[in-house]
Amino acid sequence: MKVHVSVLPKPSVLDPQGAAAAEAIRHLGLQGVGRVRIGKLIELELPDATPEAEIHRIARDLLSNPVIEDYSIARP
Amino acid sequence: MKFAVLRFPGSNCDQDCVLALNALPGASADFVWHKDTSLASFDAVVVPGGFSYGDYLRCGAIARFSPIMQSVKNFAAAGGTVLGICNGFQILCESGLLPGALVRNKGLHFVCKHQHLRVESTNSRFTNSATKGQVLNIPIAHGEGCYFADDATLAKLNANDQILVRYCDATGAVTDAANPNGSRENIAGICNETRNVFGLMPHPERACDPALGSTDGLVILQSLLTAEPAKAS
Repeated sequence: MKVHVSVLPKPSVLDPQGAAAAEAIRHLGLQGVGRVRIGKLIELELPDATPEAEIHRIARDLLSNPVIEDYSIARP
Repeated sequence: MKFAVLRFPGSNCDQDCVLALNALPGASADFVWHKDTSLASFDAVVVPGGFSYGDYLRCGAIARFSPIMQSVKNFAAAGGTVLGICNGFQILCESGLLPGALVRNKGLHFVCKHQHLRVESTNSRFTNSATKGQVLNIPIAHGEGCYFADDATLAKLNANDQILVRYCDATGAVTDAANPNGSRENIAGICNETRNVFGLMPHPERACDPALGSTDGLVILQSLLTAEPAKAS
């Protein structure tokens, strides 16, 4: 099965890339753009029987750093 | 005093560290490959700068899982001296040996220049040769050196006197203008609660020879030689 792990900087962490992208969106003419945050999407191919807890362990201990990032898991 | 200088794929300040340490009377340094597991013959560990594993995923995120890092954790838990420089600081944070994390510089650019640091505490085996408030001129070179920790962690770092160096200007004033990367409270380097693990973004090993423009890095390296560290088993 495929699993998508999304990793985003925590709201309390400075995200200068996101701020720069928000500014560029304003330059494109869209006013009213709110906060933009830039993270990463990681696609994993895992055995179908992989326990949910195991996916969370990989996402928490390797794919994200809980000090600065939050993650979420989705199945595309 | 025998130093282990770790080498990961992508380390690039390992040679500089060994050179700087071997030039000090009473010190000797040797490389230790990241797949090795023994630190038995060493008195201190240096995790050098560079781009371990190409900075893939996050800086230091993969190096943390190298076999030698479990030995470094045991070495630190036994009271052994561990110094992390630049990428080494990032690896120590990722490993949980130091609190907080290092994120992308506020200005998004890689910053490579000489930088003034103020010694905030001399109560450590890394800064005992300095005087409190002393201003050191030591180069920085990083793209992800913005120190982040949440408010509770910052309060604890301050309360425990764990912030050893802060970015400042030439007069020693800690200002926003003197902060090269957006680090919270201008933090350039911190130690752990037991004060035997120290990480900093600036490169003391690049400031150990007059030909390089500064010898202020010796203050940190020589502190290690004057300290009486507990020998880790």
